[in-house]
Amino acid sequence: MIEIENLSKAFQVAKRKKGAFVSLFSREYETIHALKDISFKMEPGEIVGYIGPNGAGKSTTIKIMSGILVPNTGKCEILGITPWKSRIEHVRNIGVVFGQRTQLWWDVPVIDSFNLLRDIYKLSEVDYRRTLDQLVTYLDLALLLNTPVRQLSLGQRMRCEIAAALIHSPKILFLDEPTIGLDAVSKIAVRNFIKKINAENQVTVVLTTHDMNDIEALAGRIILIGKGEKLYDGDLANLRGNFISHKRVTVDFVENTAPLDIFGCEVLHASGERAVLLVDLVKTNVPSVIHELTNQKSIIDISVDSQPIEEIIVNLYREYQI
Amino acid sequence: MKIFFRYAKMWLKSQMVYKTSFILLCIGQFFVPFFVFVGLYLMFDLFDSLSGWSFNEVALLYGVIHMAFSISECVVRGFDSFSGMVRTGDFDRLLVRPLPTALQVLGSKFEFTRIGRLLQGIIIFVIGIGGIDVEWTLLKMSTVAFMVIGATFIMSGLFIIFATFSFWTIEGLEIANIFTDGGREMTQYPLLIYAKPIQKFFTFIVPFGVVNYIPLMYLLDRGPYDHPVYAFIPLMGVLFIVPSLLFWNFGVKHYKSTGS
Repeated sequence: MIEIENLSKAFQVAKRKKGAFVSLFSREYETIHALKDISFKMEPGEIVGYIGPNGAGKSTTIKIMSGILVPNTGKCEILGITPWKSRIEHVRNIGVVFGQRTQLWWDVPVIDSFNLLRDIYKLSEVDYRRTLDQLVTYLDLALLLNTPVRQLSLGQRMRCEIAAALIHSPKILFLDEPTIGLDAVSKIAVRNFIKKINAENQVTVVLTTHDMNDIEALAGRIILIGKGEKLYDGDLANLRGNFISHKRVTVDFVENTAPLDIFGCEVLHASGERAVLLVDLVKTNVPSVIHELTNQKSIIDISVDSQPIEEIIVNLYREYQI
Repeated sequence: MKIFFRYAKMWLKSQMVYKTSFILLCIGQFFVPFFVFVGLYLMFDLFDSLSGWSFNEVALLYGVIHMAFSISECVVRGFDSFSGMVRTGDFDRLLVRPLPTALQVLGSKFEFTRIGRLLQGIIIFVIGIGGIDVEWTLLKMSTVAFMVIGATFIMSGLFIIFATFSFWTIEGLEIANIFTDGGREMTQYPLLIYAKPIQKFFTFIVPFGVVNYIPLMYLLDRGPYDHPVYAFIPLMGVLFIVPSLLFWNFGVKHYKSTGS
Protein backbone atom coordinates (compact mmCIF):
# COMPACT_ATOMS: atom_id res chain seq x y z
CA MET A 1 0.00 0.00 0.00
CA ILE A 2 2.77 2.38 0.95
CA GLU A 3 6.17 1.64 -0.52
CA ILE A 4 9.11 3.84 0.26
CA GLU A 5 12.57 3.02 -1.00
CA ASN A 6 15.83 4.87 -0.40
CA LEU A 7 14.12 8.18 0.10
CA SER A 8 16.48 11.14 0.63
CA LYS A 9 15.82 14.80 1.03
CA ALA A 10 18.24 17.65 1.61
CA PHE A 11 17.45 21.30 2.21
CA GLN A 12 19.58 24.33 1.48
CA VAL A 13 19.41 26.61 4.45
CA ALA A 14 20.88 30.09 4.41
CA LYS A 15 23.48 30.45 7.15
CA ARG A 16 23.04 33.39 9.43
CA LYS A 17 25.97 35.69 9.27
CA LYS A 18 27.10 38.37 11.66
CA GLY A 19 25.17 41.37 10.45
CA ALA A 20 21.79 41.55 8.85
CA PHE A 21 23.29 44.04 6.41
CA VAL A 22 26.07 41.72 5.27
CA SER A 23 23.67 38.82 4.80
CA LEU A 24 21.68 40.93 2.37
CA PHE A 25 24.55 40.77 -0.08
CA SER A 26 26.31 37.48 0.43
CA ARG A 27 24.75 34.29 1.52
CA GLU A 28 26.29 31.02 2.43
CA TYR A 29 24.21 27.94 2.24
CA GLU A 30 24.35 24.94 4.42
CA THR A 31 22.93 21.61 3.32
CA ILE A 32 20.78 19.85 5.84
CA HIS A 33 20.08 16.21 5.19
CA ALA A 34 16.56 15.86 6.47
CA LEU A 35 16.15 12.28 5.26
CA LYS A 36 18.85 9.77 4.43
CA ASP A 37 17.98 6.61 2.58
CA ILE A 38 14.70 5.82 4.31
CA SER A 39 12.87 2.65 3.25
CA PHE A 40 9.77 0.98 4.61
CA LYS A 41 6.54 -0.64 3.55
CA MET A 42 3.06 -0.56 4.99
CA GLU A 43 0.15 -2.90 4.50
CA PRO A 44 -3.53 -1.90 4.35
CA GLY A 45 -5.12 -1.55 7.75
CA GLU A 46 -1.90 -1.03 9.70
CA ILE A 47 -1.46 1.66 12.34
CA VAL A 48 2.13 2.78 12.39
CA GLY A 49 3.62 5.14 14.94
CA TYR A 50 6.29 7.26 13.33
CA ILE A 51 8.44 8.61 16.11
CA GLY A 52 11.64 10.48 16.67
CA PRO A 53 12.86 13.61 18.42
CA ASN A 54 12.15 17.08 17.08
CA GLY A 55 13.91 17.69 13.79
CA ALA A 56 14.39 13.99 13.06
CA GLY A 57 12.60 14.18 9.72
CA LYS A 58 9.12 13.02 10.70
CA SER A 59 7.28 15.94 9.15
CA THR A 60 9.45 15.82 6.03
CA THR A 61 8.46 12.19 5.49
CA ILE A 62 4.78 12.96 6.02
CA LYS A 63 5.05 15.89 3.62
CA ILE A 64 6.62 13.73 0.94
CA MET A 65 4.02 11.02 1.44
CA SER A 66 1.21 13.56 1.15
CA GLY A 67 2.60 15.14 -2.02
CA ILE A 68 3.64 18.47 -0.48
CA LEU A 69 7.38 17.99 -0.98
CA VAL A 70 9.41 16.35 -3.71
CA PRO A 71 12.36 14.24 -2.48
CA ASN A 72 15.83 14.45 -4.03
CA THR A 73 16.11 10.75 -4.68
CA GLY A 74 14.22 7.60 -3.94
CA LYS A 75 10.89 6.05 -4.65
CA CYS A 76 7.59 6.57 -2.92
CA GLU A 77 4.49 4.85 -4.16
CA ILE A 78 1.21 5.06 -2.37
CA LEU A 79 -1.57 2.89 -3.77
CA GLY A 80 0.52 2.72 -6.92
CA ILE A 81 0.73 6.51 -7.30
CA THR A 82 3.81 8.68 -6.89
CA PRO A 83 2.43 11.56 -4.79
CA TRP A 84 4.37 14.45 -6.30
CA LYS A 85 3.76 13.28 -9.88
CA SER A 86 -0.02 13.06 -9.72
CA ARG A 87 -0.83 15.25 -6.76
CA ILE A 88 -4.55 15.69 -7.39
CA GLU A 89 -5.21 12.01 -8.02
CA HIS A 90 -3.15 11.08 -4.96
CA VAL A 91 -4.71 13.45 -2.42
CA ARG A 92 -8.16 11.92 -2.95
CA ASN A 93 -6.81 8.76 -1.30
CA ILE A 94 -5.38 10.44 1.77
CA GLY A 95 -6.55 12.48 4.72
CA VAL A 96 -4.12 14.69 6.62
CA VAL A 97 -4.43 16.22 10.07
CA PHE A 98 -1.77 18.71 11.09
CA GLY A 99 -2.30 18.93 14.83
CA GLN A 100 -1.14 22.50 15.11
CA ARG A 101 -3.00 23.93 12.13
CA THR A 102 -6.66 24.28 11.45
CA GLN A 103 -8.43 23.52 8.22
CA LEU A 104 -11.82 24.70 9.45
CA TRP A 105 -13.31 28.09 8.70
CA TRP A 106 -13.01 30.19 11.80
CA ASP A 107 -16.16 32.30 11.82
CA VAL A 108 -18.79 29.97 10.41
CA PRO A 109 -20.46 26.85 11.87
CA VAL A 110 -18.52 23.59 11.53
CA ILE A 111 -21.09 22.09 9.17
CA ASP A 112 -20.32 24.81 6.59
CA SER A 113 -16.69 23.73 6.48
CA PHE A 114 -17.80 20.14 5.96
CA ASN A 115 -20.17 21.17 3.18
CA LEU A 116 -17.38 23.05 1.43
CA LEU A 117 -15.17 19.96 1.63
CA ARG A 118 -18.00 17.97 0.08
CA ASP A 119 -17.82 20.30 -2.92
CA ILE A 120 -14.02 20.32 -3.05
CA TYR A 121 -13.91 16.53 -3.18
CA LYS A 122 -17.03 16.41 -5.39
CA LEU A 123 -18.71 13.83 -3.15
CA SER A 124 -22.15 12.53 -3.97
CA GLU A 125 -24.84 13.56 -1.51
CA VAL A 126 -25.46 9.91 -0.53
CA ASP A 127 -21.79 9.15 0.21
CA TYR A 128 -21.36 12.43 2.03
CA ARG A 129 -24.40 11.88 4.27
CA ARG A 130 -23.31 8.35 5.09
CA THR A 131 -19.75 9.35 6.04
CA LEU A 132 -20.90 12.40 7.92
CA ASP A 133 -23.44 10.40 9.96
CA GLN A 134 -20.76 7.92 10.91
CA LEU A 135 -18.29 10.64 11.89
CA VAL A 136 -20.90 12.56 13.86
CA THR A 137 -21.84 9.44 15.81
CA TYR A 138 -18.32 8.23 16.50
CA LEU A 139 -16.84 11.61 17.36
CA ASP A 140 -19.93 12.87 19.15
CA LEU A 141 -20.23 15.98 17.01
CA ALA A 142 -24.01 16.38 16.91
CA LEU A 143 -24.01 19.37 19.24
CA LEU A 144 -20.97 21.00 17.66
CA LEU A 145 -22.06 21.09 14.01
CA ASN A 146 -23.89 24.39 14.25
CA THR A 147 -21.33 26.14 16.46
CA PRO A 148 -18.84 28.56 14.89
CA VAL A 149 -15.34 27.10 15.04
CA ARG A 150 -13.94 30.01 17.05
CA GLN A 151 -16.25 29.05 19.95
CA LEU A 152 -15.01 25.45 20.17
CA SER A 153 -12.55 24.22 22.79
CA LEU A 154 -9.29 22.75 21.53
CA GLY A 155 -10.52 19.20 22.13
CA GLN A 156 -13.79 19.81 20.33
CA ARG A 157 -11.96 21.42 17.47
CA MET A 158 -9.56 18.52 17.12
CA ARG A 159 -12.49 16.12 16.84
CA CYS A 160 -13.89 18.30 14.07
CA GLU A 161 -10.48 18.49 12.36
CA ILE A 162 -10.23 14.71 12.28
CA ALA A 163 -13.73 14.46 10.89
CA ALA A 164 -12.83 17.01 8.21
CA ALA A 165 -9.82 14.92 7.18
CA LEU A 166 -12.00 11.81 6.79
CA ILE A 167 -15.06 13.29 5.09
CA HIS A 168 -13.95 11.96 1.68
CA SER A 169 -13.37 8.44 3.08
CA PRO A 170 -9.61 8.31 2.41
CA LYS A 171 -7.83 4.98 2.51
CA ILE A 172 -4.85 6.42 4.36
CA LEU A 173 -4.85 8.89 7.23
CA PHE A 174 -1.76 10.89 8.20
CA LEU A 175 -1.94 12.31 11.69
CA ASP A 176 0.77 14.78 12.63
CA GLU A 177 0.61 15.13 16.42
CA PRO A 178 -3.16 14.74 16.71
CA THR A 179 -3.28 14.87 20.51
CA ILE A 180 -0.98 17.83 21.09
CA GLY A 181 -2.34 20.12 23.78
CA LEU A 182 -5.46 18.05 24.47
CA ASP A 183 -6.81 17.17 27.90
CA ALA A 184 -6.98 13.55 29.05
CA VAL A 185 -10.62 13.03 28.09
CA SER A 186 -10.14 14.39 24.58
CA LYS A 187 -6.97 12.37 24.09
CA ILE A 188 -8.77 9.17 24.93
CA ALA A 189 -11.71 10.10 22.69
CA VAL A 190 -9.34 10.72 19.78
CA ARG A 191 -7.46 7.47 20.36
CA ASN A 192 -10.63 5.42 20.58
CA PHE A 193 -11.91 6.96 17.40
CA ILE A 194 -8.71 6.17 15.51
CA LYS A 195 -8.91 2.57 16.66
CA LYS A 196 -12.53 2.33 15.59
CA ILE A 197 -12.10 3.84 12.15
CA ASN A 198 -9.09 1.63 11.57
CA ALA A 199 -10.96 -1.53 12.54
CA GLU A 200 -14.23 -0.77 10.77
CA ASN A 201 -13.20 1.12 7.65
CA GLN A 202 -9.77 -0.46 7.22
CA VAL A 203 -8.15 2.98 7.18
CA THR A 204 -4.37 2.78 7.27
CA VAL A 205 -3.00 5.23 9.81
CA VAL A 206 0.41 6.87 10.02
CA LEU A 207 0.79 8.73 13.27
CA THR A 208 3.54 11.02 14.48
CA THR A 209 3.49 11.96 18.12
CA HIS A 210 5.61 12.76 21.13
CA ASP A 211 3.04 11.27 23.45
CA MET A 212 4.08 7.69 24.05
CA ASN A 213 0.65 6.88 25.43
CA ASP A 214 -0.70 7.45 21.92
CA ILE A 215 1.77 4.91 20.63
CA GLU A 216 1.00 2.42 23.36
CA ALA A 217 -2.73 2.75 22.83
CA LEU A 218 -2.69 2.66 19.04
CA ALA A 219 0.36 1.55 17.21
CA GLY A 220 1.07 -2.09 16.63
CA ARG A 221 4.23 -1.11 14.86
CA ILE A 222 6.64 1.74 15.31
CA ILE A 223 9.24 3.26 13.07
CA LEU A 224 11.86 5.28 14.88
CA ILE A 225 13.90 7.83 13.01
CA GLY A 226 16.63 10.14 14.16
CA LYS A 227 18.80 12.58 12.23
CA GLY A 228 17.03 11.51 9.07
CA GLU A 229 17.86 7.83 9.38
CA LYS A 230 15.62 4.90 10.18
CA LEU A 231 16.76 3.35 13.44
CA TYR A 232 14.11 0.86 14.37
CA ASP A 233 11.17 -0.69 12.58
CA GLY A 234 9.15 -3.33 14.37
CA ASP A 235 6.46 -3.97 16.90
CA LEU A 236 6.28 -2.32 20.24
CA ALA A 237 6.37 -5.54 22.27
CA ASN A 238 9.64 -6.43 20.61
CA LEU A 239 11.09 -3.06 21.43
CA ARG A 240 10.08 -3.58 25.02
CA GLY A 241 11.65 -7.04 25.11
CA ASN A 242 14.89 -5.84 23.62
CA PHE A 243 15.29 -2.61 25.42
CA ILE A 244 13.89 -3.15 28.88
CA SER A 245 16.90 -3.61 31.05
CA HIS A 246 15.44 -2.54 34.36
CA LYS A 247 12.34 -2.93 36.46
CA ARG A 248 11.20 -0.79 39.28
CA VAL A 249 10.21 -2.29 42.63
CA THR A 250 8.40 -0.18 45.23
CA VAL A 251 8.17 -1.57 48.77
CA ASP A 252 6.32 -0.37 51.84
CA PHE A 253 7.53 -1.82 55.09
CA VAL A 254 7.29 -1.37 58.85
CA GLU A 255 9.65 1.39 59.83
CA ASN A 256 13.20 0.23 59.94
CA THR A 257 16.22 2.47 59.65
CA ALA A 258 18.74 -0.18 58.64
CA PRO A 259 19.95 0.58 55.09
CA LEU A 260 18.84 -1.62 52.23
CA ASP A 261 21.51 -3.60 50.46
CA ILE A 262 20.33 -5.95 47.78
CA PHE A 263 22.49 -7.39 45.03
CA GLY A 264 21.86 -5.87 41.54
CA CYS A 265 19.64 -3.08 42.79
CA GLU A 266 20.04 0.64 42.89
CA VAL A 267 18.09 2.48 45.57
CA LEU A 268 16.34 5.36 43.81
CA HIS A 269 14.50 6.65 46.80
CA ALA A 270 14.35 5.61 50.43
CA SER A 271 12.46 6.95 53.42
CA GLY A 272 11.47 5.46 56.78
CA GLU A 273 8.79 3.13 55.48
CA ARG A 274 9.12 3.16 51.69
CA ALA A 275 11.86 2.42 49.17
CA VAL A 276 12.05 2.43 45.39
CA LEU A 277 14.57 0.08 43.84
CA LEU A 278 15.77 -0.13 40.27
CA VAL A 279 16.44 -3.77 39.45
CA ASP A 280 19.13 -4.42 36.88
CA LEU A 281 17.82 -7.42 34.96
CA VAL A 282 21.28 -8.32 33.70
CA LYS A 283 22.61 -8.95 37.21
CA THR A 284 19.56 -10.36 38.94
CA ASN A 285 15.82 -10.98 38.57
CA VAL A 286 12.68 -9.74 40.28
CA PRO A 287 11.79 -12.92 42.31
CA SER A 288 15.20 -13.06 43.96
CA VAL A 289 15.01 -9.35 44.80
CA ILE A 290 11.64 -9.87 46.46
CA HIS A 291 12.97 -12.90 48.30
CA GLU A 292 15.87 -10.87 49.60
CA LEU A 293 13.56 -8.01 50.60
CA THR A 294 11.24 -10.23 52.64
CA ASN A 295 14.28 -11.59 54.44
CA GLN A 296 15.53 -8.13 55.37
CA LYS A 297 12.32 -6.26 56.24
CA SER A 298 8.77 -6.89 57.33
CA ILE A 299 6.94 -5.96 54.15
CA ILE A 300 3.48 -4.37 54.07
CA ASP A 301 3.09 -4.00 50.33
CA ILE A 302 5.13 -4.45 47.19
CA SER A 303 4.65 -3.44 43.54
CA VAL A 304 6.64 -4.06 40.39
CA ASP A 305 6.53 -1.73 37.34
CA SER A 306 8.07 -1.89 33.92
CA GLN A 307 10.02 1.05 32.71
CA PRO A 308 7.59 3.49 31.13
CA ILE A 309 7.77 3.56 27.34
CA GLU A 310 9.01 7.16 27.55
CA GLU A 311 12.15 6.06 29.33
CA ILE A 312 12.75 3.34 26.80
CA ILE A 313 12.56 5.90 24.04
CA VAL A 314 14.91 8.22 25.89
CA ASN A 315 17.36 5.33 26.23
CA LEU A 316 16.97 4.54 22.56
CA TYR A 317 17.68 8.14 21.60
CA ARG A 318 20.71 8.04 23.85
CA GLU A 319 21.92 4.77 22.43
CA TYR A 320 21.67 6.05 18.86
CA GLN A 321 23.03 9.41 19.95
CA ILE A 322 20.21 11.45 18.49
CA MET B 1 -16.31 27.53 -11.38
CA LYS B 2 -19.01 26.25 -9.05
CA ILE B 3 -16.46 25.77 -6.30
CA PHE B 4 -15.27 29.35 -6.80
CA PHE B 5 -18.75 30.61 -5.94
CA ARG B 6 -18.94 28.23 -2.99
CA TYR B 7 -15.77 29.81 -1.60
CA ALA B 8 -17.23 33.28 -2.23
CA LYS B 9 -20.41 32.35 -0.38
CA MET B 10 -18.40 31.11 2.61
CA TRP B 11 -16.52 34.37 2.81
CA LEU B 12 -19.63 36.44 2.51
CA LYS B 13 -21.11 34.45 5.37
CA SER B 14 -17.90 34.82 7.43
CA GLN B 15 -17.75 38.55 6.91
CA MET B 16 -21.43 39.00 7.68
CA VAL B 17 -20.77 37.64 11.17
CA TYR B 18 -19.35 41.05 11.99
CA LYS B 19 -21.99 43.22 10.33
CA THR B 20 -21.14 46.58 11.88
CA SER B 21 -17.48 46.23 11.06
CA PHE B 22 -18.42 45.18 7.53
CA ILE B 23 -20.61 48.21 6.95
CA LEU B 24 -18.07 50.63 8.41
CA LEU B 25 -15.30 49.20 6.21
CA CYS B 26 -17.54 49.52 3.15
CA ILE B 27 -18.17 53.16 3.97
CA GLY B 28 -14.43 53.71 4.45
CA GLN B 29 -13.69 52.04 1.14
CA PHE B 30 -16.19 54.38 -0.45
CA PHE B 31 -14.90 57.62 0.95
CA VAL B 32 -11.11 57.28 0.88
CA PRO B 33 -10.80 57.19 -2.93
CA PHE B 34 -13.78 59.52 -3.20
CA PHE B 35 -11.86 62.30 -1.50
CA VAL B 36 -9.02 61.79 -3.98
CA PHE B 37 -11.62 62.32 -6.65
CA VAL B 38 -12.84 65.49 -4.98
CA GLY B 39 -9.24 66.69 -5.13
CA LEU B 40 -9.21 65.89 -8.84
CA TYR B 41 -12.36 67.94 -9.32
CA LEU B 42 -10.86 70.92 -7.54
CA MET B 43 -7.73 70.65 -9.64
CA PHE B 44 -9.74 70.74 -12.86
CA ASP B 45 -11.63 73.70 -11.45
CA LEU B 46 -8.32 75.56 -11.55
CA PHE B 47 -6.76 74.27 -14.77
CA ASP B 48 -9.71 73.24 -16.98
CA SER B 49 -7.82 70.44 -18.70
CA LEU B 50 -4.95 68.00 -18.21
CA SER B 51 -2.76 67.66 -21.31
CA GLY B 52 -5.88 68.13 -23.39
CA TRP B 53 -8.08 65.77 -21.39
CA SER B 54 -11.23 67.23 -19.88
CA PHE B 55 -12.51 66.58 -16.39
CA ASN B 56 -15.29 64.26 -17.57
CA GLU B 57 -12.93 62.20 -19.72
CA VAL B 58 -10.61 61.67 -16.79
CA ALA B 59 -13.58 60.89 -14.53
CA LEU B 60 -14.74 58.18 -16.94
CA LEU B 61 -11.35 56.51 -16.87
CA TYR B 62 -11.01 57.01 -13.11
CA GLY B 63 -14.36 55.29 -12.59
CA VAL B 64 -13.48 52.34 -14.82
CA ILE B 65 -10.10 51.75 -13.17
CA HIS B 66 -11.58 51.92 -9.68
CA MET B 67 -14.29 49.46 -10.61
CA ALA B 68 -11.68 47.06 -11.92
CA PHE B 69 -9.38 47.53 -8.94
CA SER B 70 -12.17 46.96 -6.44
CA ILE B 71 -13.30 43.79 -8.21
CA SER B 72 -9.80 42.39 -8.36
CA GLU B 73 -9.12 43.32 -4.73
CA CYS B 74 -12.33 41.61 -3.67
CA VAL B 75 -11.71 38.44 -5.64
CA VAL B 76 -7.92 38.12 -5.77
CA ARG B 77 -7.34 39.24 -2.18
CA GLY B 78 -6.08 35.73 -1.39
CA PHE B 79 -3.01 36.34 -3.54
CA ASP B 80 -2.53 39.79 -2.05
CA SER B 81 -2.22 38.32 1.44
CA PHE B 82 -0.51 35.14 0.29
CA SER B 83 2.92 35.67 1.90
CA GLY B 84 1.38 34.98 5.31
CA MET B 85 0.14 31.67 4.03
CA VAL B 86 3.63 30.49 3.12
CA ARG B 87 5.08 31.73 6.38
CA THR B 88 2.58 29.91 8.58
CA GLY B 89 2.73 26.78 6.46
CA ASP B 90 -0.97 26.91 5.66
CA PHE B 91 -0.04 26.54 2.02
CA ASP B 92 0.71 22.86 2.77
CA ARG B 93 -2.97 22.44 3.50
CA LEU B 94 -3.86 23.50 -0.03
CA LEU B 95 -1.46 20.99 -1.52
CA VAL B 96 -3.36 18.09 0.05
CA ARG B 97 -6.63 19.09 -1.60
CA PRO B 98 -7.68 17.85 -5.04
CA LEU B 99 -7.97 21.29 -6.64
CA PRO B 100 -5.48 23.50 -8.50
CA THR B 101 -3.53 25.62 -6.02
CA ALA B 102 -4.34 28.91 -7.79
CA LEU B 103 -8.06 28.26 -7.43
CA GLN B 104 -7.63 27.50 -3.73
CA VAL B 105 -5.58 30.62 -3.05
CA LEU B 106 -8.27 32.58 -4.87
CA GLY B 107 -10.78 31.01 -2.50
CA SER B 108 -8.62 31.64 0.56
CA LYS B 109 -9.86 35.21 0.88
CA PHE B 110 -12.56 37.44 -0.49
CA GLU B 111 -12.82 41.04 0.59
CA PHE B 112 -16.43 42.03 0.10
CA THR B 113 -15.93 45.41 1.76
CA ARG B 114 -14.52 46.53 -1.59
CA ILE B 115 -18.15 46.94 -2.64
CA GLY B 116 -17.80 50.46 -1.21
CA ARG B 117 -15.02 51.26 -3.64
CA LEU B 118 -16.91 49.63 -6.51
CA LEU B 119 -19.90 51.84 -5.82
CA GLN B 120 -17.66 54.88 -5.72
CA GLY B 121 -16.18 53.89 -9.10
CA ILE B 122 -19.62 53.48 -10.64
CA ILE B 123 -20.79 56.90 -9.41
CA ILE B 124 -17.71 58.65 -10.75
CA PHE B 125 -18.03 56.77 -14.03
CA VAL B 126 -21.63 57.98 -14.35
CA ILE B 127 -20.52 61.56 -13.59
CA GLY B 128 -17.91 61.15 -16.32
CA ILE B 129 -20.19 59.91 -19.10
CA GLY B 130 -22.82 62.45 -18.09
CA GLY B 131 -20.60 65.28 -19.26
CA ILE B 132 -19.23 63.74 -22.45
CA ASP B 133 -20.85 64.07 -25.80
CA VAL B 134 -20.51 60.54 -27.16
CA GLU B 135 -22.92 58.61 -29.29
CA TRP B 136 -23.26 55.37 -27.29
CA THR B 137 -23.38 52.52 -29.76
CA LEU B 138 -23.61 48.93 -28.61
CA LEU B 139 -19.95 48.47 -29.48
CA LYS B 140 -18.91 51.42 -27.36
CA MET B 141 -20.90 50.17 -24.40
CA SER B 142 -19.20 46.81 -24.78
CA THR B 143 -15.84 48.56 -24.86
CA VAL B 144 -16.49 49.99 -21.40
CA ALA B 145 -17.30 46.51 -20.13
CA PHE B 146 -14.15 45.17 -21.84
CA MET B 147 -12.10 47.89 -20.13
CA VAL B 148 -13.36 46.83 -16.71
CA ILE B 149 -12.74 43.15 -17.50
CA GLY B 150 -9.30 43.75 -19.00
CA ALA B 151 -8.14 45.98 -16.15
CA THR B 152 -9.43 43.48 -13.58
CA PHE B 153 -7.36 40.72 -15.16
CA ILE B 154 -4.22 42.84 -15.40
CA MET B 155 -4.41 43.81 -11.74
CA SER B 156 -5.21 40.24 -10.74
CA GLY B 157 -2.19 39.10 -12.76
CA LEU B 158 0.00 41.57 -10.85
CA PHE B 159 -1.31 40.28 -7.53
CA ILE B 160 -0.53 36.72 -8.63
CA ILE B 161 2.99 37.59 -9.80
CA PHE B 162 3.87 39.30 -6.55
CA ALA B 163 2.31 36.54 -4.48
CA THR B 164 4.58 34.10 -6.31
CA PHE B 165 7.67 35.94 -5.07
CA SER B 166 6.77 34.88 -1.53
CA PHE B 167 7.95 31.39 -2.43
CA TRP B 168 11.47 32.79 -2.48
CA THR B 169 11.35 35.52 0.11
CA ILE B 170 9.08 34.81 3.00
CA GLU B 171 8.50 38.46 3.79
CA GLY B 172 5.78 40.13 1.79
CA LEU B 173 7.19 42.44 -0.80
CA GLU B 174 6.27 46.01 -0.10
CA ILE B 175 7.74 46.84 -3.49
CA ALA B 176 4.76 45.05 -5.01
CA ASN B 177 2.59 47.99 -4.01
CA ILE B 178 4.48 50.18 -6.48
CA PHE B 179 2.95 48.14 -9.24
CA THR B 180 -0.50 47.39 -7.82
CA ASP B 181 -1.44 50.52 -5.87
CA GLY B 182 0.96 52.58 -7.96
CA GLY B 183 -0.42 51.11 -11.17
CA ARG B 184 -3.89 52.03 -10.07
CA GLU B 185 -2.87 55.58 -9.20
CA MET B 186 -1.20 56.04 -12.57
CA THR B 187 -3.80 54.42 -14.75
CA GLN B 188 -6.67 56.38 -13.32
CA TYR B 189 -5.34 59.17 -15.55
CA PRO B 190 -4.77 58.83 -19.30
CA LEU B 191 -1.25 57.40 -19.54
CA LEU B 192 -0.36 59.87 -22.30
CA ILE B 193 0.12 62.59 -19.68
CA TYR B 194 3.26 60.81 -18.39
CA ALA B 195 6.79 60.72 -19.74
CA LYS B 196 7.49 58.37 -22.65
CA PRO B 197 9.37 55.64 -20.69
CA ILE B 198 6.51 55.36 -18.23
CA GLN B 199 3.99 55.14 -21.05
CA LYS B 200 6.02 52.40 -22.69
CA PHE B 201 6.44 50.45 -19.47
CA PHE B 202 2.71 50.50 -18.76
CA THR B 203 1.85 49.55 -22.32
CA PHE B 204 4.33 46.84 -23.25
CA ILE B 205 5.45 45.33 -19.92
CA VAL B 206 2.45 45.78 -17.71
CA PRO B 207 -0.19 46.30 -20.40
CA PHE B 208 -2.34 48.90 -18.66
CA GLY B 209 -2.32 50.90 -21.91
CA VAL B 210 -4.80 48.51 -23.52
CA VAL B 211 -7.41 49.37 -20.90
CA ASN B 212 -6.43 53.00 -20.61
CA TYR B 213 -5.78 55.61 -23.29
CA ILE B 214 -6.26 53.32 -26.30
CA PRO B 215 -9.92 52.41 -25.62
CA LEU B 216 -10.55 55.85 -24.13
CA MET B 217 -9.53 57.49 -27.38
CA TYR B 218 -11.65 54.98 -29.25
CA LEU B 219 -14.67 55.93 -27.13
CA LEU B 220 -14.03 59.62 -27.81
CA ASP B 221 -13.45 59.06 -31.55
CA ARG B 222 -9.93 60.44 -31.38
CA GLY B 223 -7.16 59.45 -33.75
CA PRO B 224 -5.20 57.36 -34.22
CA TYR B 225 -7.33 54.92 -32.24
CA ASP B 226 -10.78 55.56 -33.75
CA HIS B 227 -10.98 52.34 -35.78
CA PRO B 228 -13.60 49.85 -34.41
CA VAL B 229 -10.89 47.20 -33.96
CA TYR B 230 -9.70 49.19 -30.91
CA ALA B 231 -13.03 48.45 -29.25
CA PHE B 232 -11.70 44.98 -28.52
CA ILE B 233 -8.18 45.98 -27.48
CA PRO B 234 -9.01 45.96 -23.73
CA LEU B 235 -9.66 42.22 -23.90
CA MET B 236 -5.93 41.77 -24.51
CA GLY B 237 -5.55 42.60 -20.84
CA VAL B 238 -7.15 39.25 -20.09
CA LEU B 239 -4.15 37.52 -21.68
CA PHE B 240 -1.90 39.00 -19.00
CA ILE B 241 -3.26 36.32 -16.65
CA VAL B 242 -1.56 33.58 -18.71
CA PRO B 243 2.10 34.43 -17.97
CA SER B 244 1.06 35.28 -14.41
CA LEU B 245 -0.35 31.81 -13.84
CA LEU B 246 2.62 30.16 -15.55
CA PHE B 247 4.92 32.01 -13.18
CA TRP B 248 2.70 30.92 -10.29
CA ASN B 249 3.00 27.27 -11.26
CA PHE B 250 6.76 27.67 -11.52
CA GLY B 251 6.76 29.09 -7.98
CA VAL B 252 4.70 26.19 -6.64
CA LYS B 253 7.16 23.75 -8.18
CA HIS B 254 10.04 25.57 -6.51
CA TYR B 255 8.22 25.44 -3.17
CA LYS B 256 7.62 21.70 -3.46
CA SER B 257 11.27 20.98 -4.00
CA THR B 258 12.59 23.26 -1.26
CA GLY B 259 9.92 23.56 1.40
CA SER B 260 9.72 26.74 3.37
